[in-house]
Amino acid sequence: MSKSISRDNRVSPLWAIVSAPAVWAVHFLASYLTAAIFCAKLADSDGSAGEVQLAVMSYTVIALLLIAAIGASGFRRHHHGRHSTSHDDSGRDAQRRMIGFATFLLACLSAVATLFTALVLVFVGTCH
Amino acid sequence: MRPELIDDVSQSALDPAGVGATQIVDLFHWMVGGGVVIWLIVVGLSVYSIVVPGGHRPRLTKTLVIGGGAVVPTVVLSSLLCYALAMLPELHRPPPSDSPTVKVNGVRWWWRVQYQTDDGRTIETANEIRLPVDEAVEFKLTSEDVIHSFWIPSLGGKVDMIPGRETRLKLYPTRVGKFRGVCAEYCGTAHAQMRFDVTVMPRPEFNRWLSNQSSDAREPSQQSAIRGGELFRRKGCGACHTIRGTDARGRVGPDLTHLASRSSLGAATKPNNTENLRHWITHTHHVKPGVTMPAFQALDEREVDAIVAYLEQLH
Ligand code: HEC
Ligand SMILES: [Cu+2]
Repeated sequence: MSKSISRDNRVSPLWAIVSAPAVWAVHFLASYLTAAIFCAKLADSDGSAGEVQLAVMSYTVIALLLIAAIGASGFRRHHHGRHSTSHDDSGRDAQRRMIGFATFLLACLSAVATLFTALVLVFVGTCH
Repeated sequence: MRPELIDDVSQSALDPAGVGATQIVDLFHWMVGGGVVIWLIVVGLSVYSIVVPGGHRPRLTKTLVIGGGAVVPTVVLSSLLCYALAMLPELHRPPPSDSPTVKVNGVRWWWRVQYQTDDGRTIETANEIRLPVDEAVEFKLTSEDVIHSFWIPSLGGKVDMIPGRETRLKLYPTRVGKFRGVCAEYCGTAHAQMRFDVTVMPRPEFNRWLSNQSSDAREPSQQSAIRGGELFRRKGCGACHTIRGTDARGRVGPDLTHLASRSSLGAATKPNNTENLRHWITHTHHVKPGVTMPAFQALDEREVDAIVAYLEQLH
């Protein structure tokens, strides 16, 4: 009992909201930096960039797993407690639910954005 | 007075005559079709919600809002993205190394065009581009002043011309004919008159044209043309214009070595004929406001006649 109360009083992690977009941003930077450095330093004369495609695909898998985890935890927080509690009350519970919901939605958006970033690099696949 | 514009050639992206333009048209049709379907669904639903009274089941409403508002747009946009991205590798692939390369510089408000011959010489012309049909051509584009954009709607996409940087564009014309090229980035007063002629022709004709362009200007033989050449020199036209084979070596304005073989004047502002050529020299800013070339209003009739006679034999 005391444990659950103490957890209820924990300050809601506001930064959770930005964590999924942050993963997207890091994925974006990593992908383009890899492509830029590879094409400038290592590419063959025919400009093929298969290695970049592989690297971007693995970044994407990692990023999507992270985003899925963030989204799932947001979703859990959103569904925590009574279902009828609204998102815009001033109570701790409503605050937590609101942050959970925002985290979840932003995770969905970040997943799509990460996929779009990856698609470009995977489709183009050359340094031209 | 209605301006005598040259609008007899295709400037339509919906009338494709090249590989790139065909793909763009396909993409356009898919998007219009998709847009119409989505529009019909949205408007249909709004009409339905107005006409059919009473509430709707909350679960169904929620599914429709999330499905129609988030899931469907994501799926539609993703498939459009994939469809468009799949076109990119081919558009970006450099053409075979033996295909012709054309260098084009945007200059306010005309186009400096340079061809490379097989023996490594550079041939300059202006405001006119000729291409062999059914061959990939690479354009190397840059600008000498502000940002311009090089666009031949019937042949393919447009690419910006940026000062200090070389951008590339590959085109693959598939149909013989005449097309209109334009500057597609606002660049000042005469931007709307910064156009060019594109002629796609069979390879043998193209070779004949290129070998004619690579020759020096012909010597005038008629009396008035000889006098015109003299006047061209004396009036200082050569400070801005090059006529190869003479001492006119200016680079401010278009190369005039084979002016008479071009179909238009002033970057495809007017058809190239005697009357328009006279008018261009004496009332330059009337024809095309803003250009660097001064109007030579002080020339008398006979001097203009002579200069025009000289320019008109520069085939
Ligand atoms: C101060 C430089 C300058 C001088 C001097 C000059 N021009 Fe020009 N001229 C230009 C420029 C710049 C253009 C391109 C204008 C445009 O289309 O935007 C041009 C364009 C032309 C054109 C049209 C070329 C084409 O392909 O469309 C002709 C013909 C021409 N000039 C003839 C003359 C003659 C003849 C003289 C001398 C009587 C002369 N110019 C003197 C700068 C000059
Ligand atoms: Cu321009």
